[in-house]
Amino acid sequence: MPTNPLVKVENVSKRFRVRGRELHAVSNVSFEIEAGKTFGLVGESGSGKSTLGRLVLRLLDANEGRITFNGKDITNLPNRQLRPLRQEMQIIFQDPQASMSPRMTIGRAIEDAMEIHKIGTKQSRRKRVDELLERVGLPSFVKYAFPHELSGGQLQRIGIARALSLNPKLIVCDEPVSALDVSIQVQVIHLLQELQRDLNLTYIFIAHNLAVVEYLSDEIAVLYLGEVVEQAPAEKLFKNPSHPYTQVLLQSILKIPEDPSSRQKMTHIQGEIPSPFNPPSGCTFHPRCPFATDVCRTQKPVAKHVDDDHKATCHLIG
Amino acid sequence: MAIAVSQTRPVAVKKNRSQFYQSWKRFRKNYFAVGGLVWVAIFFIIGIIGPWIAPYSYTDADFLAMHAPPSAHHIFGTDQVGYDQFTQILYSVRYALEIALGATCVSFIIGIVLGLWAGLAGGIADMLIMRGVDFMFALPSFFFALILSVLLGKGLFPMILAIGVPGWAGYARLIRSLVLSMRNGEMVEAARALGASQTHIAARYMFPNVVGSMVVSLAFGIPADLTAQAGLSIVGMGLNPPMPSFGNMLANASSNILGFPWLLYFPASIFAITLLAFLFVADGLQEAFNPRGGM
Repeated sequence: MPTNPLVKVENVSKRFRVRGRELHAVSNVSFEIEAGKTFGLVGESGSGKSTLGRLVLRLLDANEGRITFNGKDITNLPNRQLRPLRQEMQIIFQDPQASMSPRMTIGRAIEDAMEIHKIGTKQSRRKRVDELLERVGLPSFVKYAFPHELSGGQLQRIGIARALSLNPKLIVCDEPVSALDVSIQVQVIHLLQELQRDLNLTYIFIAHNLAVVEYLSDEIAVLYLGEVVEQAPAEKLFKNPSHPYTQVLLQSILKIPEDPSSRQKMTHIQGEIPSPFNPPSGCTFHPRCPFATDVCRTQKPVAKHVDDDHKATCHLIG
Repeated sequence: MAIAVSQTRPVAVKKNRSQFYQSWKRFRKNYFAVGGLVWVAIFFIIGIIGPWIAPYSYTDADFLAMHAPPSAHHIFGTDQVGYDQFTQILYSVRYALEIALGATCVSFIIGIVLGLWAGLAGGIADMLIMRGVDFMFALPSFFFALILSVLLGKGLFPMILAIGVPGWAGYARLIRSLVLSMRNGEMVEAARALGASQTHIAARYMFPNVVGSMVVSLAFGIPADLTAQAGLSIVGMGLNPPMPSFGNMLANASSNILGFPWLLYFPASIFAITLLAFLFVADGLQEAFNPRGGM
């Protein structure tokens, strides 16, 4: 069946120049996201997942590759033409307080988003603020508050309301719950799910917490040092993790079985993520991989199909 | 799905929450700052209308009343030449303001240019400018002012430059840090993600968040420049004696202090109160511009 994905990322790479050295943040990543789905991006800190999210939104410019949004190539779109498109692609930040001006009331902040795109009149925007606040579960009087007067969970709801004010198709959720209390995390995740169902939103959900991603995502890509090492629908990835990195990542989820006899020792990945300035030869995971062979040390693996919609980039597959 | 809104952080319903109204509300609660503002306002008015309310010209020497104590003719008395001290003070206020404001503008303009350059360009430009800042801070700026006033000579404009030029370092450092915190900040990225244009980001997001610290640093800069100017006059590098200045009056008074105390009392107390008033205002502004300052 020919599909028409909302987001199409093809062979995208991003390098940063830091004090004359090249930092490979994202290398040759490709994926597609269908409208209404949630695409999970997982990886340790420094794996390039946030960079990738920002590349999709063109908050950063890719060095190579192509990004297509809603059938339109936006890779080299000049800012003037990109700005109206931003209505359709929004982002929710990890630290909602840092993403808001401390001198704007909540109401002004949400209104401003609509004002930028000249949506409605002053009255209709005010009315919409009340609706949006209600939609994210906040009383309308918080619109008079300043960001520092609210809690983290409330602010994240406001970050969501601000993104929603533009009626986006895509929302990049950049670790939206990792700074919140666990009880609040669940509330915010439920809210995001509810909104997706009601408004047919497409999410790119970035997280390092696998449990959260498993719960929310339709498809998951595991990133390691800027490369996608495994990509599959969520159930398949969790049932049959094929890349050794995914396997250790899954084993590191804290689960305590009821029955003490079935408790197993938790494993963790040895070592640290290598320097992105100087990625290891061959497979970038080989210095930490328990199954590494000589091939892994010298040759770069290519993505192989484990299944028709399950890919892993490892020499040991197939 | 029920979502409980934290009841521990009640938010009072306040309608007018514009930045300047909020800041003014905080400012006016600080009585010292308000008092300072009143004095500063009077000081400015005197600076402007001084020449018209002065009973004499500042070059008029009353040879029949040298060293006269305060009286109906000379309410602040006269000095050894017979200059009316009240007139001298009125003109001093005018020149003091001209020099202090001019010098602060000079410092601020140089600081803004170099600070923006350092913050936006980065790299070698940033490194060189910041080492320049370190150099300026390593030595007292009065020392630089003294050297410059020797090089530039005496007069109103040379003094503005002599005091203003060495003052750039603090402003440059402040503006550079503001640029860096803005440029790398998530707030600006979020505004870009909303689709805001550069001008919109600058006007709605950056400016309101930097204007406070800039106004405060200017408000602290003016009294500092007033002091520097008086200091230069006291060491004899200020305005030439027929032109009155607080520094000249104080220097003159200190050599006549035993017999003629009014020469010291009036200019010294007015100058001291003015400095305090400026500092109270600056302090008040600092508190007022902090969005987290309680209401």
